[in-house]
Parts: sequence; structure tokens; C-alpha cells
Amino acid sequence: MEEIRTGVYICHCGLTIAGVVNVEELTEYAESLPNVVVSREYRYMCSDPGQDLIKKDIKELGLNRVVVASCSPRMHEPTFRKTVEDGGLNPYLYEHANIREHCSWVHDDKELATKKSKDLVRAAVKRVFHHESLVTREIPLNPNVLVIGGGIAGMQAALDIADGHNKVYLVERDPSIGGHMAQLDRTFPTLDCSECILTPKMGDVGHHPFIELLTYSEVEEVSGSIGDFKVKVRKKARHIDESKCIGCNLCEEKCPWKTDSEFEAGMAKRKAVYIPFAQAIPNIAVVDADLCAYIQSDGKKCGACIKLCDAGAITPETLLKQTDEIVELEVGTIIVATGYDQFDPSVIPQYGYKKYDNVLTGLEFERITCAAGPTEGKIVTKDGRPVESIGIVHCVGSRDENYHEYCSRVCCMYGLKYAHLSKEMANADVYEFYIDMRCFGEGYEEFYKRLSEEGVNFVRGKVARITDEAQTDEEQGKLIVVSEDTLLGKMIRVPVDMVILCSALEARSDAENVGKVFNINRRADGFFLERHVKLDPVATPTDGVYIAGCCEAPRDIPDTVAQAEAAAGKALSLISKGTVTLEAAISTVDEAICHGCGRCEEICAFSAPNVVTKNGTLVSSVNEALCKGCGSCAVVCPTGAIAIKHFTQDEILAQVSALTEA
Amino acid sequence: MMAGFEPQIIAFCCNWCTYAAADLAGTSRMHYPPNVRIVRVMCSGMVDPIYVLKAFEGGVDGILVAGCHLTDCHYIDGPVKCDETVNKLREVLHVLGLEDKRLRREMVAASEGVLFAQVINEMVEDLKKLGPSPFKAKTEALA
Ligand SMILES: Cc1cc2nc3c(=O)[nH]c(=O)nc-3n(C[C@H](O)[C@H](O)[C@H](O)COP(=O)(O)OP(=O)(O)OC[C@H]3O[C@@H](n4cnc5c(N)ncnc54)[C@H](O)[C@@H]3O)c2cc1C
Repeated sequence: MEEIRTGVYICHCGLTIAGVVNVEELTEYAESLPNVVVSREYRYMCSDPGQDLIKKDIKELGLNRVVVASCSPRMHEPTFRKTVEDGGLNPYLYEHANIREHCSWVHDDKELATKKSKDLVRAAVKRVFHHESLVTREIPLNPNVLVIGGGIAGMQAALDIADGHNKVYLVERDPSIGGHMAQLDRTFPTLDCSECILTPKMGDVGHHPFIELLTYSEVEEVSGSIGDFKVKVRKKARHIDESKCIGCNLCEEKCPWKTDSEFEAGMAKRKAVYIPFAQAIPNIAVVDADLCAYIQSDGKKCGACIKLCDAGAITPETLLKQTDEIVELEVGTIIVATGYDQFDPSVIPQYGYKKYDNVLTGLEFERITCAAGPTEGKIVTKDGRPVESIGIVHCVGSRDENYHEYCSRVCCMYGLKYAHLSKEMANADVYEFYIDMRCFGEGYEEFYKRLSEEGVNFVRGKVARITDEAQTDEEQGKLIVVSEDTLLGKMIRVPVDMVILCSALEARSDAENVGKVFNINRRADGFFLERHVKLDPVATPTDGVYIAGCCEAPRDIPDTVAQAEAAAGKALSLISKGTVTLEAAISTVDEAICHGCGRCEEICAFSAPNVVTKNGTLVSSVNEALCKGCGSCAVVCPTGAIAIKHFTQDEILAQVSALTEA
Repeated sequence: MMAGFEPQIIAFCCNWCTYAAADLAGTSRMHYPPNVRIVRVMCSGMVDPIYVLKAFEGGVDGILVAGCHLTDCHYIDGPVKCDETVNKLREVLHVLGLEDKRLRREMVAASEGVLFAQVINEMVEDLKKLGPSPFKAKTEALA
């Protein structure tokens, strides 16, 4: 066997490591370990000069093993594997010791932290002794992309990718794409009409030759991995013939069965057969099977729509016989853009949402100011009275330990938008109740300043409650906002005709499930977790799966679009490379000692090992394309014939026994 | 128990969740006692009983085996397999006369840096009460 010659490199990481760990002592100690030929310290090992040190030593000192002690391997293991490779070694002849995240950042006793670092370096040196050269594999990448969610994020990502002539499947759960942006009236800070900027994009998505739209559909199952995902999509029955419907809307006009319109945020009704809104894409009807009397009575009642539909899109067959369809897709990358839910303020009883007619959420108010909405753009109370005064309450459910600790980022700005619209459209007296005004984006601070000049009353303080119990004549028939005013240092009562609650944006109620399907973790606040908050904001720990828009955290439209374009960029860069490099650390069978008992075959969740007959004896054989390197087969193997490359018993036991040598 | 006794702990942490949680504890500068050394494995289901037994044989006072929650596993059902290994190990440790609390099994998600620090704090406290591993004395006597 060749002589093992190890180089150890200790990173100061400026003062983040060196301020706690005695790096000189550690370097000296490393040099005393078996097989260590050289040990060096450097201020930033990940910098070019730091990496050059390693490459130079490999050449000049004939190193064949390298250990770097620095930050987490999740951060820089790939960097140093590359360095080692550039220096002429196999990248797997490298081991990383984490003395920052797991040591200098969590301990302050310098002596103990130095001792711990020595242990970690010793374990790495002993482990790397056993490392072997491994070969990575390249598989072709399927250039098709799956995008989940047809809000502005999903649409933008789909368009970017499809414009490069790559096939995109866009799966949207609702009957139409558009997401929340379709429900907005005007958008801050420019106040351009949401519909005017959104509907052309929706049209582009609908007509794009490279986009296949699957609306009213949800992903049920994803298998495979980057480059080669297999996806099952449930296309829910619309109970109409999609190819025949011309979107004439006659069916909806005559349908007698009504319920609250989701699109109108419950401010108006829709029918059992309906097109969600005028600009819907695709512009075809959908039947709400739970509400349709014909379907519920098994064809005995109603059937008005069948008689009216000249196009023949609605028939007894489509209503009674059409069932959900499972569509199977094959894609190489996935972008999840499932957006947010609006926080339901009725869980804060003192704000009177659902109790008082004229306490509204942001999305409800969006529909009121919209010319195509239920009040035709007139700001009026539920019973049609003009609104003379409005209270706008910020931070409802956000920045509140009882609900969501985080700031929802958009509420200050949409609160200000409503102040402006209330002034402009109803000439109302406006009171904004805020804790801090957060106007961080381009043109946002200027918008705030402009509103201060428009005569909006800003009250700094948290609203305690909203009530209709009048204490004075002036308060009679009004809603009274009871709030602290921290600038005056006292409680105040403000009578108004309407209250808008700037409700938090929260993670989708089914985010947990969606996370499971796509193998994405979630933060404590429920939103999807990115791979690295600063340096890898749209990737997830699952290779080939990206996130964009409000499913990752609350954000405004400009930031959502930027993130969607970033995710599209990630997918496009994979497509332009055309192949994926697969992990080399997978199982391998020593056929000489394998009995072919089949325990590995039983335990594997990916069906990678199979017992086969070779030269007349039974042995296990691993399908490398399926093996993920989880190692469960090695644990159950009774003879020790199966091992995981790079996580072999020798390697891990060397590490463990080095740690017990304290 | 022993004055000034500092238990030695080895934690086997899965790459995707608990190792990341320990990283998060670091990036959030949450302090916990320096008694633990982490061994990275790809999956908690990869932890072979031999790793745990060898570590005890070497004299460590406590071992943590931690990975993803049941539903977060990168490899579908690693935590279930890990539970099976740990349950079998508990029987062996019982026979060997090692207290149950010396082997701890946890599921700590990538977002649960706080939980990771808390688990280490609790283990150090528990092990201080238990005192050094009975194997430690034996290993030292042999040396
Ligand atoms: C009251 C209010 C006013 C606002 N005003 C402004 C403003 O003026 N200016 C501004 O910049 N921002 C504003 N915002 C923020 C804006 O709404 C968001 O930035 C933007 O809509 C986020 O887009 P998205 O695509 O990430 O999410 P969404 O709009 O939520 O879209 C997500 C899409 O995914 C679909 N989906 C969800 N789950 C699944 C699934 N499992 N399978 C398939 N499809 C799924 C949904 O049906 C939806 O179509 C406002 C927000 C609120 C609440």
C-alpha cells in the first residue's frame, strides 16, 4: 500500500475561529498526528491564496490526503474537494472538520474549544487515512421542467424557461392561473392596475408553445431524483369537455346554485358552474361537483346548463361520468411556487372580524376598490352607505408573538396604498394604526412621504380592540378603534365607518404536505426552507428542486418576480449543461463474502439492490442509478458484504475511535 | 456524582437534518456545553450498532443518535430503520449494564437549532448525574 501523506490546514476564518480556538496550538498539534506531513494555518483557507497553499503542497510534498478544519462542510466541502481535484488528487481523498459552526460559534471557553478542535481534527486525520478514490457518474438531464403554482412567481419562472425553448409543465391547483396577484386591484407603490400588468402575462403563459398548462390539478407523487424525476399529477374532473367549451359563460348565468366566490374573497357569489373571473386562463368553465344539483342527484334534478350549452361542452356524460385523471410526467428539474395564505384575523376576537360587517381584510378591500369587483369600485359599507372615515390596522397576526413573530413585509405598503385609495376614491378621513412603518423598497419611502402630505392621520401604537359600543354621540353607529398612541402616551378611541385589517401572509395550510411530496423542509414559521439563506436562496436541500415567491417567505411582487427569475436561471443552467453529476458515495457489494440472503433487497426503499445469480451463486447486485447512498443495507447485512463508499465501517470506526482517545 | 466530571458525548447526526440543525445552532450563536463531538452520517438509518458499541467500549459516557423527523427523511424511511437499530441496541446495553439514558435517540429537523442545543444541554446534565460510564473505568484499568 502507498504511504499515506496527509496535509492539514487550519482556517482562522478571520477572527470567527481564531478568536476562540488557539489556531497556532491546533496547527502544532495536527503536525504531531500520524501520517501528517504538513500542517498550516491561514486567515481564510477558502480564499484563492488559501486554496493555492493546498495545491502547492500536494505537488511539492506529494500529499495524497487533505484535511481542512474550517466552517461546516455543508458550506465549503465542495470548495475544497474542487481544490484537491485541481491539485491533482481524487476529490474524495479529502476530509472536512467543522470547527466553526460546531465549535467556535457555540463555545466561548477557549481552552475547551481548542481541545474540542484537536479532537475533531484528529478524527478527520484518522478517517481520511481510509478514504479511497471514487468516481462520480454523469447521467443525462431531462430538459423538461415542472413548475408548481401559477401565481406571478410560477408564471414568470415558466415563461423564462419556455422562452429558451424548453418544455415547461405548469401545474395550478385552481381552475385558473393568476394567484393572489389576480385578486389585487392596484399595486404599490406605482399604483398601476394589477390586472393590466398581469393579464398579458397570463395570456402569454396560456398561449406559449413550450408551456403545457395543467390547471385544476395537483401533484400527488414525485419519485426519482435530479435530472430524472417521475411525477404523478391528478387532473381533477372539471365535468365539462375542455376541448369544446368556448367560455361564453351562458351556463354560469343560468345556473341556479350559488356559493361564495373564492376569487371575490367571499364578497360576491359564484355559481355551481363557473369561470372564476373574467380574465381566467384557461377561459373555460368548471363545475363544482359538491354544489351541482344534477351531479348530487345523479342526474335527476336541474341540468339547466346541459340544455344551454350550444357548444356541447356540458353533457350528462361530462357531469356524471367524468372522473379525475392521473397524468404522468417526466422532468429533470422542479420549481415550487405555491405562494401564501392570508392570515385569518377571526382568531383575534378583539378585532371583531366576521363579527362586524365592516371589518375587512386586505384582500376583501382589494375587491371593493376594483372596478370589476362586487361594488364596482365604490368604497361603501356592506349596506351600501358611503364611507366617510376608515381605520387601517397594521401588523394583524404578524410581529405578534401570539401568532407570527415575523414581519410580513408587504402590509405597511398595502396599508398605505389603501390610505391613498380611500382619500382619492372616497375622500375619506384615514387613520393608519402602525407599530413601525417599514417602507424598504424602491420608491416606497417616497410613497409614504407623499401620503403624509395627503393628510392621512398616522397613529403610532397597537390597536387593542374594535368595538361598536358607543360612549359618545359621535361614536353612535360607528366602529370604534381603541388603540394606544405611543406618541401621545395614552389610549385613544377613533370612530370610523370601516376598518381594514392588514393581515399577515402565512405559509399555506397544506405546506407540510406539499413539502413532503417535494422533499422540502420548512422553517419554524412554516415557510419552505432554502438551502442557504444568503448564498443559495432558491435552492432546497433536494438537488434539482427550487423554490420561488411567497412559499419561501412573504415578499412583494418585485421580489417575487426576481426570485422566480433566479429559480428559472438555476433550471436553465442545468439544462444548458445537459447532464447531472451523481454522488459517488453509494453502496457496493463484496461478492466474495455476499451470501445472497436478500436482506439488503428487503430494506432498500429505492429497490437498488437485487439478488441475482452470478457464476451459479446468489449475490446482491446494486443498481447504481437507483442507489441514494442512505446506508440502510450496510446496517442489516449479516456478513458485512455491502458497504457505502465514503461511509465505510473502517472510515466511521476510525473517526469514532479517534474521538474516544481524548 | 463526581466533582468536576465532564461527560464525553458522541453524536451521530444525519447530514440533512440534525447536522444542519447543529450548524444552525452555530450560525445563531446558541451556546451549549463543549462536551459533544459530532460524527456526520448521511442518514440516521446508516448508524450501525457497531459504531455505538465501539464508542461505548472506548469509554464515552453518552451517545446521541439523531436525524430527520419521520416525514422529512431524504431517503423515505431512514428514521424508522434508525428506531429499530436503537431499540435493539437498548436491549444489548441493558445486558451490558449500561443505563438507558446513556443512549439518546432524537429527531431534530434542520430548522430546530434550538432543540439541538437543548438536547445537548439535557444530556450533559443527565450524564453528570449518572457519572462516568462504567466502561470508562474498565478501559482505563486495562490501559
Ligand atoms: C392584501 C394584499 C395586498 C397586496 N398588495 C401588493 C401590492 O400592491 N404590490 C406588491 O408588490 N405586492 C402586494 N402583495 C403581495 C403579493 O400578493 C405577492 O407578492 C404575490 O402575489 C406572490 O406571488 P406568488 O406567486 O408567490 O404566490 P400566490 O399569488 O399565492 O400564487 C401561488 C399559486 O400557487 C397555487 N398553488 C398553491 N398550492 C398549490 C399546489 N399544491 N399545487 C398547485 N398549485 C398550487 C395557488 O393556487 C396560486 O395560484 C399583496 C398581498 C396582500 C395579501
